[in-house]
Amino acid sequence: MQFTLEIHRCTREDKRRYVQTFLYSSDNSSETIATALTNLNSTPLTDISGNTAAPIVWQCSCLQKKCGACAMVINGRPGLACARKLSECGNVVRIEPLHKFPVVEDLMVDRSVMQENLKMMKLWFDKSAGLTEKNTEISYEASRCLQCGCCLEVCPNFAPGGTFTGMAAAVPMTRLLSGLSGEERKSASKMYDKHVFEGCGKSLACRNICPARIDTDKMLVNSNAIAIWKKFFSR
Amino acid sequence: MERVNIIGAGLAGLSSAITLAKSGKPCALISSQASERAQSVMAEGGINAALDVMGEHDTTAEHFSDTMKGGVFLADPNAVAGLTDGAPGIVRWLHEIGVPFQFENGQMIQRNFGGQKKKRTAYAKSSTGKAIMTALIDEARKYEAAGLIERFSHHTAVDISVCSGHCTGVVVHDVFTGKTEIFPGNVILANGGLNGFFPGQTTGTTQNTGDLAAALFARGMEFADLEFIQYHPTTVQIHGKRMLISEAARGEGGRLFTERSGSRWYFMEELYPELGNLMPRDVISREMFKVIHDPECGGQVYLDMTGLPQETWKHKLSDMRAEIIDYLGIDPVEKPVAVSPGIHFFMGGIYVNEKHETSIPGAYAAGECACQYHGANRLGGNSMLGAMYGGRTAAQNALTAPESSETAKVIQADCIKDQARPSAAKELCDILLSGLGIIRSGKDITAAIMELEKTLTSSVSKPERDRILLGKAMLMSALERRESRGAHTRSDFPQRDDEEFRRTTVACIKNGSISIEMRSIPKRRTEDAVHA
Repeated sequence: MQFTLEIHRCTREDKRRYVQTFLYSSDNSSETIATALTNLNSTPLTDISGNTAAPIVWQCSCLQKKCGACAMVINGRPGLACARKLSECGNVVRIEPLHKFPVVEDLMVDRSVMQENLKMMKLWFDKSAGLTEKNTEISYEASRCLQCGCCLEVCPNFAPGGTFTGMAAAVPMTRLLSGLSGEERKSASKMYDKHVFEGCGKSLACRNICPARIDTDKMLVNSNAIAIWKKFFSR
Repeated sequence: MERVNIIGAGLAGLSSAITLAKSGKPCALISSQASERAQSVMAEGGINAALDVMGEHDTTAEHFSDTMKGGVFLADPNAVAGLTDGAPGIVRWLHEIGVPFQFENGQMIQRNFGGQKKKRTAYAKSSTGKAIMTALIDEARKYEAAGLIERFSHHTAVDISVCSGHCTGVVVHDVFTGKTEIFPGNVILANGGLNGFFPGQTTGTTQNTGDLAAALFARGMEFADLEFIQYHPTTVQIHGKRMLISEAARGEGGRLFTERSGSRWYFMEELYPELGNLMPRDVISREMFKVIHDPECGGQVYLDMTGLPQETWKHKLSDMRAEIIDYLGIDPVEKPVAVSPGIHFFMGGIYVNEKHETSIPGAYAAGECACQYHGANRLGGNSMLGAMYGGRTAAQNALTAPESSETAKVIQADCIKDQARPSAAKELCDILLSGLGIIRSGKDITAAIMELEKTLTSSVSKPERDRILLGKAMLMSALERRESRGAHTRSDFPQRDDEEFRRTTVACIKNGSISIEMRSIPKRRTEDAVHA
């Protein structure tokens, strides 16, 4: 079967954006976008018009949904290239870099703002993580966040540099809040209130977007209960 | 104060960085992508430590002897004793910093893993590596904010710089800007295994290209035990790679069978009644190879998990089930999964002593890139432990090491843009596989060496040449070891030969050609000395 891949490219030096189209043949319907990109790059590249093209720059690592490296926008929806099957994409596939981050080259973006946000929110345990039988499950769920950025792509409230840090910070924050107590919990709660709760427009656009299938509603419910509605609950 | 350069931000690199930071020593943590993309996040089944929480009277001495036996007595016993004694402290610390290990009735619980009779593997479902990495990344962040750990997360280390035989720094290429510079100071290598020598054929990441290892070998660093490549028994080919089905599947009761005369033959259980499906990985892969090639069998081995209790799927293996359904379209609750051995781990790598010093002073190595702890075959659950403990040990020794008085020289950055072409990588892979299969012979290995020499033409680039040299060293190491031991099975030398070969195979480039030496393994000191 033949697929037409429209790659939204960008040059490294002058950040010139252009769309380049490639034909790709595959007999296997379960092949992923990641496989297609790997195979295209493994031979000298020629685009649909017969022009020689430079290899497509993109990031990958585990190729099985465990690392989040290959997040990109496929037919308008953010996801991991290693998870999206060609057969589910139709004959013409539009592939773009994530839009919320600066493009370095082609499909490679600079997602360092996510790391900076976590640092700014002091996302670490100063003392013990306080794991018990009660919070182990929620902590496990929150620790699965890939930091891929897909949830931020669809979020109407997130913009890099803004106060609101999005679900990519809210999920790790759930882990922190579920383990802290006393003064530490108070200051983490303030952080959560300012950088998550206040900015979240509750659009729930991030629901069902997470490639790791983290239940974002559950994370928010948990963190809101601890950090915001604490006076109504006893823990 | 000069900072230490750590190459690789996976488990070993993070362990080193946190150890240094705790002592107030600054470091640069250099990785081509963020820690979340490191291969360590893929580790599944768990981490070993004799916590003795399962009422089986487990001891660190038994962990020691299982590790030595699993590695067929090729590991450094003093290093292993340090590892197994240090394990309970490491796992308890990980829990303290937030790794959500499985908890029942108020305490951590452990599961069975291969090559060990007692339940010694602490776990977080079958995503233990991811859970540990998340906690370590958070822990490291604390020291990043304090300015002790500086991250360089889109930077590839292409080589080290060496002056007067001492490592003086690392050559770092910024993937985003394309610029190259030298970071001066001592170096801890934590750059992972040689997956990139077998593109598409391993369970690991595409990021462990092996390019840095090849450059280090070409500049004279010693490598050891390169012939020992772990074929994990239960892997599946998916697009572009091999996917692992964790040993946890068998730890929780999964069974291997093949079809024979129209009925299921649970060959491991029949051949090895004591440990059955939980024999060490080298043994299972070898038996699978045999039954797959047995004309009386159906040519395929299956992993049967259909008998596992619903509770196990729900609480211990939910993530594994989702992955199998996603990539194979089979629900393992209902149907057995066809599996075959695939390359999973490299026991060999950069030669290090017990202090994790390499053969070049000022350079240390830890984690899968180094040859330490696992001997001829690694036990499941010991890789994350080895990375944690090794990273810590390397950092502790780097802390007290003298800094070189030489300054790193500025080098020509021209050569750095070169990378091995995918076609060259594929050619090297095919040749290596022809000589380094689960069962190999002197004839196959010699033929592979001859094939490889043919590829060493004047048209290959420097990185390609370096890779060919390290690949050749792998083959030459396998040829030199005229015995069968652990993951190295020679059809022409089927016996183990302790007299000649209970030694470390050390490969290195001397006077322009590859030399292979069989080096003695250190004798075990008295227990008191080890504990001190």
